[in-house]
Amino acid sequence: MATKLPPVDIAIIGFGWTGGILAKELASTGLKIVAFERGKPRTTDPDFLEPGKDDEIRFANRTDLMIDTTQETLTFRNTGDQTALPMRRLGSFLPGTGVGGAGVHWNGVTWRFMEWDHEAYSRTVSKYGKGIIPADMQLQDWGISYAELEPYYDMFEKTAAISGKAGNLNGTKIDGGNVFEGARKSEYPNPPLVWSQAMTMFDKATRSLGYHPFPSPAANASRAYTNPDGVKFNQCHYCGFCERFGCEADAKASPHFTVIPIAMKNPNFELRTRSQVLKINMDSDGKKATGVTYLDPLGNEMEQPADIVIVSAFALNNVHLLLYSKIGKAYDPKTGEGVVGRNYAYQGGGGATAFFGEDVITNPFMGAGALSMCMDDFNGDSYDFAKAGYIGGGGISAGSSGGRPIGYHPTPPGTPKWGSDWKKAVVAAYNHTVGVGSQGSVMSYRQNYLDLDPTYTDSFGRPMMRMTFDFQDNEWKQMAAARDISAAIAKEMGAKVIATSLPAKPYSVVPYQSTHNTGGTVMGADPKTSVVNKYLQVWDVPNVFVTGASVFPQNAGKNPTGPVGALAYWMADALKNKYLKSPGALIPT
Amino acid sequence: MKMPMPANAPAAGVNTNTGFLFFNPDEGAVITAIVDTLIPADATGPGGVEAGVHIYIDRQLGGAYGSAARLNMQGPFRPDIATPSQGYQLPLTPAELIRAGLVDLAAYSQKTKGNTFDNLQPADRNAILTDIDGGKVTFATVPSKVVFDHLYNLVQEGYFGDPIYGGNQGKSVWKMIGFPGVAGMYTQLIEQYRNKPYTADPQSIQDFA
Ligand SMILES: Cc1cc2nc3c(=O)[nH]c(=O)nc-3n(C[C@H](O)[C@H](O)[C@H](O)COP(=O)(O)OP(=O)(O)OC[C@H]3O[C@@H](n4cnc5c(N)ncnc54)[C@H](O)[C@@H]3O)c2cc1C
Ligand code: SF4
Repeated sequence: MATKLPPVDIAIIGFGWTGGILAKELASTGLKIVAFERGKPRTTDPDFLEPGKDDEIRFANRTDLMIDTTQETLTFRNTGDQTALPMRRLGSFLPGTGVGGAGVHWNGVTWRFMEWDHEAYSRTVSKYGKGIIPADMQLQDWGISYAELEPYYDMFEKTAAISGKAGNLNGTKIDGGNVFEGARKSEYPNPPLVWSQAMTMFDKATRSLGYHPFPSPAANASRAYTNPDGVKFNQCHYCGFCERFGCEADAKASPHFTVIPIAMKNPNFELRTRSQVLKINMDSDGKKATGVTYLDPLGNEMEQPADIVIVSAFALNNVHLLLYSKIGKAYDPKTGEGVVGRNYAYQGGGGATAFFGEDVITNPFMGAGALSMCMDDFNGDSYDFAKAGYIGGGGISAGSSGGRPIGYHPTPPGTPKWGSDWKKAVVAAYNHTVGVGSQGSVMSYRQNYLDLDPTYTDSFGRPMMRMTFDFQDNEWKQMAAARDISAAIAKEMGAKVIATSLPAKPYSVVPYQSTHNTGGTVMGADPKTSVVNKYLQVWDVPNVFVTGASVFPQNAGKNPTGPVGALAYWMADALKNKYLKSPGALIPT
Repeated sequence: MKMPMPANAPAAGVNTNTGFLFFNPDEGAVITAIVDTLIPADATGPGGVEAGVHIYIDRQLGGAYGSAARLNMQGPFRPDIATPSQGYQLPLTPAELIRAGLVDLAAYSQKTKGNTFDNLQPADRNAILTDIDGGKVTFATVPSKVVFDHLYNLVQEGYFGDPIYGGNQGKSVWKMIGFPGVAGMYTQLIEQYRNKPYTADPQSIQDFA
């Protein structure tokens, strides 16, 4: 029997970027708020200090800051006729755990999605007609436009000290920024990071090919900065131990030193760490959440009643919590009915590695997570994707995110996997190589989805979530095109040898690709095809809100956290200024 | 005046933490031979054994990694139906897997080359590992390629990783490739060294202890 605690107003499940933003924004209401985080508390000093923080074996290979699969993992299969088996070791994606979530160990490439991405269905249909959409593709609008979200993108960029250069200020296109982005009301809060050698080469080559390169917007602060909440950032060290590592300098924006301490200053806010939420509790008619059940640090089952439940547990966990708590109708791929678990998507890849001679020196170890040049000439609707033969696109970039030698020691094609010739090739390539790569959009399909596994349970006795996913023809075409463009750029850069790559076919959970898991609790204007409305409020259960990339109807050719952060601010605004004034469905069904 | 060093004193930064904790002598000899075959000592740079990679592997398999830390071991195990895209699906911890694999390898090299793996000529060792990696070898108990892939990854980690774990002794591998190690501060250097060689004596975690 769970011990029942005195009620609170708001329960927040998961304390990474989105939970942290919500807690900060809502704390000022004076309402009693409790946030639950399954992992431990963390602070820059002492948890991320040098030199121990730069431990590649511990943090990159043994994934010390990420979830422990012996406690929670999911089962995976490529297609619905296979038996899903547990992802026993982390691989393809690396969900975080602990205060700050994956925001502690991300890279920090921080985008606004393109205008097209937010209205992918209507813009595609108005330009090309419905006939272009494959029968199994479930292309949808977000139910909110880029223009509506613009002020919230701005808030997140200022919170996270983004370093970049605008390419579209109030409709005026600016060379050197991303000319394909939607109109911004203001410049980035910080100028771009210092360019690395790889970036200068990519810039020159893509310009001479007629493209529009720009420095990727980075949550690695290019200079000392104080954000609007008064949080101080230091200048990035370009230490090269960024992705998968904490930041020693408070230069990489992370919730653990930004939004979270601001929330914690409020006496009406309480954080409970090492507290695993098992489920969201529902009243008898399934129309209202009554709070959450969680395990305290000693494993005691506790019941925390709450008037509002905010689900901010990372995309995959959000879906699992809703499925297990029976909130919203679970998706059935056979009938196409139901919504929870529907439209799971991921991120595409494809690229080229350019090998040079000794005349090109890249110093790959001088780098930062988001230190790269990008171009959107083949992303969203900046080009005629229909002519290219598919829907969507991707950013193409090259940069210097670090030269950590276990993970990074490229060799040209034809090199043996070991022996003296291998060693020679490693030495010859280490300081003379540039990777050009793409992050492709991934559309949503009837056959790619999340549900509960019939066989396997997690260490808490709950059914694991089951992922059924593969890249589809549309994505293979896009990725092959991005690979070929990357190779052409590598050639233009003067590469002596070029190696090209695509993700494993079929999609595999073994090699790391990205932690850009999207969908499963998607937002939209129609309750038949979305779990939450445009305010991220569950259609069927209006006192539950869901935040994170699980609300993306399909994935864009960009990293997710820019819109994830913007949507968290947007949702906080709706909660504060709409829901609290008149609790209930914000959009009638 | 500098004091003369006793002949047997270790060079600065070289680990004296040698000897096997996990492997028995026969296993240790085979692991040493595998490491030596994958990364031989040559004019380019240190061999894997010189760098201490066999010691790294011993410590990893004897520690948390070997006993399946962060490896979900909940049944049912279905290697019979698993696809490669689903990843590792054997009911064995990494320590158990490698141990079983070494027994299988011993039998295989006796049968095909008439001797234990560590007593074979380098060319024969190389041929066996090439066949295993190419999926041409069936071991008696465990899948040979799965064993090899685990060992290969461990060799890479030990060779390129921080010396504090037992491999990359004397930071010799970092020196070979020109990696300056941990705790770098390149804010003032990245522009200055654009397309110019940057050389620095590499720093490991141990150097700060
Ligand atoms: C290696 C890596 C690199 C990345 N690089 C980039 C990048 O360059 N650009 C980009 O845009 N994005 C990047 N990302 C993605 C980015 O980190 C996420 O988009 C972002 O952190 C998501 O925020 P969130 O609040 O949804 O989830 P998180 O920040 O992950 O926070 C969720 C929190 O919820 C907790 N939790 C989950 N379930 C429960 C439960 N049942 N009970 C209690 N607590 C729970 C978790 O422990 C976690 O702390 C990267 C991710 C990784 C792993
Ligand atoms: S590269 Fe910069 S932002 Fe990243 S961890 Fe190092 S100092 Fe922090």
